[in-house]
Amino acid sequence: MDRLIYLDNAATTKTAPEVVEAMLPYFTEHYGNPSSVYGFAAENKEAVSKQREIIAGALGAKPNEIYFTAGGTESDNWALKATAEAYESKGRHIITTKIEHHAILHTGEYLEKKGFDVTYLDVDENGLVDPEEVEKAIRPDTILISVMYANNEIGTIEPIREIGAIAKEHGVLFHTDAVQAFGQIPINVDECHIDMLSASGHKLNGPKGIGFLYIRTGIKIRNFIHGGAQERKRRAGTENVPGIVGLGKAVERAVSTMKERAEKEKEVRDYLIEKVLKEIPYTKLNGHPTKRLPNNANFSFRFIEGEAMLLSLDMAGICGSSGSACTSGSLDPSHVLLAIGLPHEIAHGSLRLTLNEEITKEDIDYVVENLSRIIGNLRDMSPLYEDFMKKQAK
Amino acid sequence: MYSEKVMDHFQHPRNMGEIEGASGVGTVGNAKCGDIMRIYLDIDENQIIQDVKFKTFGCGAAVATSSMATELVKGKNIKEAMQVTNKAVMEALDGLPPVKVHCSLLAEEAIHAALWDYAEKNGIKIEGLEKPKSDIHEGEEEEEEEY
Repeated sequence: MDRLIYLDNAATTKTAPEVVEAMLPYFTEHYGNPSSVYGFAAENKEAVSKQREIIAGALGAKPNEIYFTAGGTESDNWALKATAEAYESKGRHIITTKIEHHAILHTGEYLEKKGFDVTYLDVDENGLVDPEEVEKAIRPDTILISVMYANNEIGTIEPIREIGAIAKEHGVLFHTDAVQAFGQIPINVDECHIDMLSASGHKLNGPKGIGFLYIRTGIKIRNFIHGGAQERKRRAGTENVPGIVGLGKAVERAVSTMKERAEKEKEVRDYLIEKVLKEIPYTKLNGHPTKRLPNNANFSFRFIEGEAMLLSLDMAGICGSSGSACTSGSLDPSHVLLAIGLPHEIAHGSLRLTLNEEITKEDIDYVVENLSRIIGNLRDMSPLYEDFMKKQAK
Repeated sequence: MYSEKVMDHFQHPRNMGEIEGASGVGTVGNAKCGDIMRIYLDIDENQIIQDVKFKTFGCGAAVATSSMATELVKGKNIKEAMQVTNKAVMEALDGLPPVKVHCSLLAEEAIHAALWDYAEKNGIKIEGLEKPKSDIHEGEEEEEEEY
C-alpha cells in the first residue's frame, strides 16, 4: 500500500511533531516529581502551571479551574459521578441526551442502578437538541444537565449557549463533553454558562492518555481520585508531566491555527460532501448541514453494510469509520444514527470521514473515486439492492 | 482480525450473482441486524447442484462465509449439501472471530432455505431439512425513505 489517507481524525489524531518535541525533555531531563521541594523539580511544577494557564486561556477560564485527568472518558465519569454524589441530598435527577458518547451514557446507566433518575433527551433529524425540551425536562430534583458540545459521529454542534442559559436560570449545574469540539471551534465557558467541561489531548494533535476537566470555582463536586495533594486534592496521583506539557502545546497550537484550519477543512469537507452526494446515488448526509464540526462528514449509503465498506476502503489505503453493528461489537448500529431517526438497515451503511488540515481536494478525488467503485461492487452483491432495482423496474 | 482466507473470499467472492429460473432460492437474515444472505441453486434431475450463486448484504465475514458455502456445495448432491454445516464453512475459512460465528450459521441456513425451496417446488422431502425459521419479510412494512 503506497498511499495512506487518514480520515478518522475524530477517533484520534497524529501527535504534532512540535508537541512531541516539547514533551521529550520531560522524560529524560526534567523528570522530577512536581511535588518535591528541591530546585531540580521546580521546573516541572512551573511547566504544569504554565500549561494550566494556556488551557484556561483557551476557554476563558481561570487556571485553578483546570484539573488534569487521563482523558475525556475520565473527565466525563468524574463530572457525572461526583456531581451525583455531592448533590444527592438536593435531588437525584440528571438530564442528558440520546446522542452522548458512551462515557456519558454508560455512566448514566451506572447512576440509574444507584437509584438516580436519568432523562435521555431526543434530538431532531439533524442531531440537534432542542433547548425548550431541556427546559421542559427540568424538575425540582434536577441536579445536572450534561449535553455534548458537538457530536463525535455526525459532527452536529449543539446549542450550548442556550442550554447553558437555561441551566443557569434554573440553578442546575451544566456539564458539556467538549472532547470533539475543543480546539476545533471557539469555546468560552462564561458566555455559555458552562460549569464543567471535558476535553482530551489526542483529539487535537496532542498525546493520548491526557485530558482535563474544567470545574467552575465554587462548584462543590466530590474529589475523584483519593491520595496526595495533586490537582488541589481533587484528582490525586503524580502528574503526567510530559502529557500535560504535550496537551498544553497542542492547545496552544490548536488555538493559534483554529481559524485558518477550520476554513481550510470546511472547504475540503464541503467539496467531499458535494462530490459524494453527486456521484453516489441513494446516499444521505447525516448531521446538520451547517451547524457541524469543520472536519466532519457522515454519510449513509443504502443497501450496503459499513464494515464491508471499511475493509474495502482500507485496501485502498483509506481510513474511515462506520456506525454499523459489525464495527461496534453489538447487533445494533450506532445509537446516534438511530436517535436521528435512521432505520436500522440504513444506519448499518454509514461512513464517517473526519479530516485534518493536511487533506487536499486531490486526496478527496482519490477517496470518492474509490468509494464510488466500492459501493458499486457492494451493491452488486447486495440482495437488498437487487430487490430494490427489481421493484423500480416494475 | 480476519484470516487470510476470509480476506481472500471477501476480496474475491466466488459464485457471486443470480441464477435466472433457479431450482431453489433461499433468503435468510434480517436487514435490521445487518446481514441478509440469498442463495440460488441450480439442481439437475439427479439432484446434483450444478450451479450455485449468492448475494449478501453484510460485513466481511458474511460475504466470505457465503462465498465459501457456495464453494462447498457446488457439484454436490443434495444429501451431501445437507452436510455442509456452519462448522465446515468456518474450518474452510481457517476460523472466524467469535463475534462473527453467527455469519457462518447464516450461511448454513441460507443453503438450507434454498434446498427447502427446491424441495417444495418439486414436492419432495429432504431428510433432516426443516422449514427455514429466519424471515426477512418481518421488517418489510418499514417505510421506504427517499434520498
